[in-house]
Amino acid sequence: MPKIHDVDQLNTLHLDVLREIGNIGSGNATTALAKLINKKIDMGVPKVNVLEFKHVADLLGGADTEVIGILFNLSGDITGMMMFVLDQRSARILVNLLMGREVHDDEAFTDLDLSALQEIGNILAGSYLSSLASLTNLKIAPSIPYMAQDMAGAILSVPAIEFGKIGDKALFIETEFIEGHDQVSGYFILIPEMTSFNKILNALGVWS
Amino acid sequence: MDQKMMIKVGMADLNTSKYPGVLTTLGLGSCVGITLYDPIEKIGGLAHVMLPDSTQIRDNQNKAKFADTGTIQLVEEMTKIGAKKNRLVAKLAGGAQMFAFQQTNDLMRIGERNVLATKKILGELGIPIVAEDTGANYGRTIELHTHNGVLLIKTIGKGIKEI
Repeated sequence: MPKIHDVDQLNTLHLDVLREIGNIGSGNATTALAKLINKKIDMGVPKVNVLEFKHVADLLGGADTEVIGILFNLSGDITGMMMFVLDQRSARILVNLLMGREVHDDEAFTDLDLSALQEIGNILAGSYLSSLASLTNLKIAPSIPYMAQDMAGAILSVPAIEFGKIGDKALFIETEFIEGHDQVSGYFILIPEMTSFNKILNALGVWS
Repeated sequence: MDQKMMIKVGMADLNTSKYPGVLTTLGLGSCVGITLYDPIEKIGGLAHVMLPDSTQIRDNQNKAKFADTGTIQLVEEMTKIGAKKNRLVAKLAGGAQMFAFQQTNDLMRIGERNVLATKKILGELGIPIVAEDTGANYGRTIELHTHNGVLLIKTIGKGIKEI
């Protein structure tokens, strides 16, 4: 069985498989979100971004854009990180929808708001990962959610550093979702570690 | 500030500039922004390093990725355009722990390790650290102004400061 050691070794077929994983995972997460807030949610086509580190920070609309990132460490057969990222405004609207309130965009989040956001992250990551686990028959256990509200570049530096240990590029499987009426938009980002690529590709029969 | 004079430095990247350039890097998290300045020639340099130690990593082609090799290369690039090594002074920013889990595990305290490694290599090179804004749990955007060596640090919700 061939082994992938570096992001650069992934060919078109491998990238297609990863894109399909993003499609299935975020499809399930989008459905979960739609049920949660009882709204129709559109999902963009997943992108597999293979980026040099100097371009990583541009991923979410600029390195100094303020975003909310909810991060999960993944353990089990697939290791790495999963992130759910929202801009400030979308996060506010999402919390309002969930709590049935009207709070203005500019207001800071209360502890309860932040806790609600973490729980949304938890539910969405859970549905993303469980569909991925049943597809591949691999175990994936997410950690508790960790949240940070800060510059996109600063938040993305955390997974980027993990890739920095093994190579000069990072791979993000990224899906945008949009709720039409209130224009909530955000991203699901799956960041598998290199050893997990081999397991995923193997489990899906890419090398059989 | 005239946008033309702004020189952007990305993650795992470095650059230098003579007066009147301004070197900037956006959204430093656990990475460290190492800035060096020659006050006589008004030459500045900025490296955005991700990891502490190139000798611990197999694939270490990109020197700007590491605190040790990044600092050495930054000094080289600056001397090429006329800076004198014995006049250089350093200012550091970044090295935050963005997520709480990074505080629990020694291996995950990458921001802190990046800062320590940077101080070690600067010590070995005999370059004094005149100011720093490192650690804590928030991101930083920095600008090194070559006309006076001031390092401007912008944050979200934590204000702006000059060091």
